[in-house]
Amino acid sequence: MAMKKFLYMNRRAPYGTVYALESLEVVLIGAAFDQDVSLVFMDDGVYQLTKGQKTEGIGMKNFSPTFSALGDYEVNKIYIEKESLEERGLTLEDLQHLVWEDEDEDWAEKDSIHLVSSEELSKIIADQDVVLSF
Amino acid sequence: MSMLHTINKSPFDRDSLGSCLRVIADDGAILLIEDGVYAATKGTRVADAVASAASKYSVYVLGADLSARGMSDDNIVDGISVVDYDGFVDLVTEHDQVNAWL
Repeated sequence: MAMKKFLYMNRRAPYGTVYALESLEVVLIGAAFDQDVSLVFMDDGVYQLTKGQKTEGIGMKNFSPTFSALGDYEVNKIYIEKESLEERGLTLEDLQHLVWEDEDEDWAEKDSIHLVSSEELSKIIADQDVVLSF
Repeated sequence: MSMLHTINKSPFDRDSLGSCLRVIADDGAILLIEDGVYAATKGTRVADAVASAASKYSVYVLGADLSARGMSDDNIVDGISVVDYDGFVDLVTEHDQVNAWL
């Protein structure tokens, strides 16, 4: 099977709707098919990655720890739109630190998260074969 | 006849808070729940408008929904009070009506 470039666009906050959880599940299932996968978090999607989510009080599963497993599935191109973070009063410090281990460099730990401007994001989106929006 | 308005949408996703503020009566109160709690956090694009609303009306935010989203109780706009579920019930009983904005 030819390798295709898949981009998952995440634009929803984590618990108010089921989109965020559904997207993460699709990404993990898709990761088993050995494709080139990128994730974008923009608009309210950036809220999915905030640190310290504690959901006991709302009776819902906290799925945010699952994001740290993405690196093990070689999902290591995670793009955060800078403008979306800024208008929400957030910085990268407020988000989880996601990493992956590079097999070609003696399993060196590398950052999965890349902060990009709208302009840079535009090029990333244009470069994809398939875009799935959540 | 005082009315409690509950807002459950992110202010960046849908402007139900803005619509509420256009029509709310002077003795109305606002409770931010679910994704509506993002409006209560400091430093956002809407923080000034929210602070202005909080100076005119009683504005509350549900603590459990803040915690679920990784938002801290002490990083919210001045003038907004954090309530728990019991406080939510109290607000409902203290007001004559509830308008649940969707």
